[in-house]
Amino acid sequence: MSIPKTFKGYKRENGRVGVRNYVIILPVDDISNACAEAVGKNINGTLAIPHSYGRLQFGEDLELFFRTIIGTGKNPNVAAVIVIGIEPKWTKRVVDSIAKTRKPVEGFSIEGHGDITTTMKASKKAQEFVQWASEKQRVECPLSDLWISVKCGESDTTSGLASNPAVGNLMDKLEPLGVNLCFGETSELTGAEKVCATRGKNAEVSKKFMSTWNSYNDFILENATNDLSESQPTAGNIAGGLTTIEEKAFGNLQKIGKKAEFIDVLEPAEEPKKGAGLYFMDTSSAAGECLTLQAAAGYVVHLFPTGQGNIIGNAIEPVIKLTANPKTAATMNEHIDLDVSKILKREMNLNQAGDALINVTVKTANGRLTCAEALGHREFIITKLYRSA
Amino acid sequence: MPKTDLIIHDEKDNVAVVVIDKTSKNQDCNAWIMENDKTINIKSINEIPLGHKIALQDFKAGDTILKYGHDIGKVVSSIKKGDHVHVHNVKTKKW
Repeated sequence: MSIPKTFKGYKRENGRVGVRNYVIILPVDDISNACAEAVGKNINGTLAIPHSYGRLQFGEDLELFFRTIIGTGKNPNVAAVIVIGIEPKWTKRVVDSIAKTRKPVEGFSIEGHGDITTTMKASKKAQEFVQWASEKQRVECPLSDLWISVKCGESDTTSGLASNPAVGNLMDKLEPLGVNLCFGETSELTGAEKVCATRGKNAEVSKKFMSTWNSYNDFILENATNDLSESQPTAGNIAGGLTTIEEKAFGNLQKIGKKAEFIDVLEPAEEPKKGAGLYFMDTSSAAGECLTLQAAAGYVVHLFPTGQGNIIGNAIEPVIKLTANPKTAATMNEHIDLDVSKILKREMNLNQAGDALINVTVKTANGRLTCAEALGHREFIITKLYRSA
Repeated sequence: MPKTDLIIHDEKDNVAVVVIDKTSKNQDCNAWIMENDKTINIKSINEIPLGHKIALQDFKAGDTILKYGHDIGKVVSSIKKGDHVHVHNVKTKKW
């Protein structure tokens, strides 16, 4: 099977390329969800992204919140943005930051106007944006314009045997072509952290990784009330045959393949700035949180290997699911974009699985809906670091 | 090629993963070692489901389980060659 060299995407004002063409209605805070959703209902073709936070956060937690919201608006899968917040100041901060991409963005604050007036004004602007965006055409772009994130979930031993190595095989092939790649899941590298550290491009990056892992591990040990049974590994992991966090971690690490070295360690939702290559991002291992952070950093397609059958999607980043578990492929086939279970019977090798995954990825980038998109999965989960003020 | 019942990641591993629906008692299983493409045979002494691990040797408490060629945890109660290796007899060394 030959690997495509190009895909068709939406070229944005700042040079980045998106694979979807959303006009999003982005609330700055929880109490602006109702207005944002009203605008979403008024104007066909827009997408409201409600969430639970944005009030009384402070310090590092507030900075992460802004990075997540702003990054979501900046993502090239988004053509234009309507921002709605209760207060003008934070609304403006979000608008001004997204505007740096030069995409159309306009903010509305509810205080002093009320939901109904704000909904009317924002709907008029949303209509203008969505009609403008609907004229955008896909153009042919090199694969190096693709930013791909990875994370696995409801893993079992088939993940480490086959579906994660299939993602690794894709990385081995696409990293040399200049594709921007990202893996995360700090806690789920526990047990394999030293092996992972050796995959850093240089001593400085490896040290940065170990310091990030140590800090996450200290936090987990500080807050753990038992041995984390049923959280790591989860009950689903255990049912699938995974016994310890170390076993899960070595399976997890198969996703970065055998060759690529990571060139930087990113903060949660931080945009990579060191050019093409593989990045590690400090994330929770909960799928909704991890994907939201990776999408906010600018990744446009996500690869999600699963064993027992995780069903996650994302608001703006298409999520491609693959499994090597023949039972999951049979019983949950509406969630599975690529079945690589033949690897277990030795009827398919990793090289073939990697090529098949590249083909599905390019098809998805070209516009084919993923299972999660067709089923309406729009998870958008903000990572909160600690209590609000 | 004979049917593969078990897969072993690395030559150093002392456990294999069941890749058929389940093994049965006293089944002679064919195990494929991914790393070097060799095959070995092992008798399953219990019913072990898809995705679960089988012991390639006898273990006593305190021994280390190796998978992917790496330490994935410690044995907490003895395990016979061919028996089921899981949370009832192996624990993490981490948390």
